[in-house]
Amino acid sequence: MIVDSLNTRAHLEEKLNEIKRKLLKLGKMANEALTKSVWALKDHDIQLARAVIGNDDQIDFLRYEIENDCLTFIARFQPFGEDLRTVSSIMYMAGDIERLGDYGSSISKTAIELANEEFIKPLIDIPRMQELLNEMLEKALSAFDQKDLSLAKSVFTMDDLIDDLEEQILRELVLMMMEKPSRIEQASRLFLVARSLERAGDHITNLSERIFYISTGEMTPASKFRRPLPPEKG
Amino acid sequence: MDISVSARDVNLYYGDHHVLKDVSFDMNSRMVTALIGPSGCGKSSFLRCLNRMNDFIRGARVEGDIRIKGKDIYANGTDVIALRRDVGMVFQKPNPFPMSIYDNVAYGPRLHGIKDKERLDEIVETSIKGAALWDEVKDKLQASGLGLSGGQQQRLCIARAIATKPDVILMDEPTSALDPLATAKIEELIRQIKESFTVIIVTHNMQQAARISDFTAFFLLGDLVEYGVTTEMFTNPKDKRTEDYITGRFG
Repeated sequence: MIVDSLNTRAHLEEKLNEIKRKLLKLGKMANEALTKSVWALKDHDIQLARAVIGNDDQIDFLRYEIENDCLTFIARFQPFGEDLRTVSSIMYMAGDIERLGDYGSSISKTAIELANEEFIKPLIDIPRMQELLNEMLEKALSAFDQKDLSLAKSVFTMDDLIDDLEEQILRELVLMMMEKPSRIEQASRLFLVARSLERAGDHITNLSERIFYISTGEMTPASKFRRPLPPEKG
Repeated sequence: MDISVSARDVNLYYGDHHVLKDVSFDMNSRMVTALIGPSGCGKSSFLRCLNRMNDFIRGARVEGDIRIKGKDIYANGTDVIALRRDVGMVFQKPNPFPMSIYDNVAYGPRLHGIKDKERLDEIVETSIKGAALWDEVKDKLQASGLGLSGGQQQRLCIARAIATKPDVILMDEPTSALDPLATAKIEELIRQIKESFTVIIVTHNMQQAARISDFTAFFLLGDLVEYGVTTEMFTNPKDKRTEDYITGRFG
């Protein structure tokens, strides 16, 4: 065999790309879980809800696989600089993404519990939140894949919309509960769904923070790009 | 922070070859500074400027200002022998003198005029203890230094270097000829001796630089590209060339 040139980075990059691809796959799996859980809720689809819950183990397993791959990568290549930032960030990102899957499971459980009930109101804002989250997660994953900081930044501002929707849902549900206490149980469950989706937005925002860190080496808090807090009342 | 060694606009030439170009930085007292960079980048040449080892190279010329504890070491009338007492050196390959372990360590102090046997005994013992070698050689101080293992020989060389109570210890790839266990012992020793000495170490092993040094200087083609806190250099270097080097894109 004749060795023409030695690419000392080839092996390292191949392994790192493998881990990156797994993270993207994990993202797609979690996105599907979250999306389908809201569909199951909206459509009273017990079958679909069960499928989401049943699939959660796969998400967990892939997350552990990614963590393990990262540790092996660190042990074998002892990375520095951007490689080190990437691999350490992936470990955190895998945790954030795995949480999205957990929210999918928990919403699916609510879907099963409410499957035989008429909704106290048509579900509009909850599916809207889910659509936004879907878009946020896709943006965050491509920003990670392509190291696109402006795309990562757009995720931060979208989380403001998620928070607005949650607030709107809360106000609406509180009013409905005040009108008719028999609605309290379902309204509380629906609010917990909205809360899960709001938390999902925070985890996706964390992904964007990590993407900034990988590229810049600086910890960039999402708040830097979000609207300022409202002034204190009183 | 207390500055031990300060370099200002240091240029080094070997004949027509411009080896170091306007190198300026301060090395802190009782800290470990690692010099890294690909072969031929000038890091070892820079190290050799600090105790005037380049004086031995025909055609070598140093320009600029190097101060150790504020004293210009290239000033006219500098006592170079005294300088090398204050600036000790440990080399790549362990190079004990072909004499007993005791005499190896007593060599420097004797050269600088210490004759009293008790005083010498004391220096030899504290130096060998300081190099974490005492338990292994205390019963055979009169045996030849050459009979020790590679790692022990290197620690003997460190004992020899610290016997003259220098301010600065220069190390030129001190573990490149040692196995991992002997390397770990030297690294641990460096961590301990930095409480008393300023250590400046050239290493090709970046993991080693990351493990043991407080500050890192990255050299490339005779330029000092980046100098800073080690943890920062290895996680978030400021210069693209540093990033490329530490991540193995070249070098």
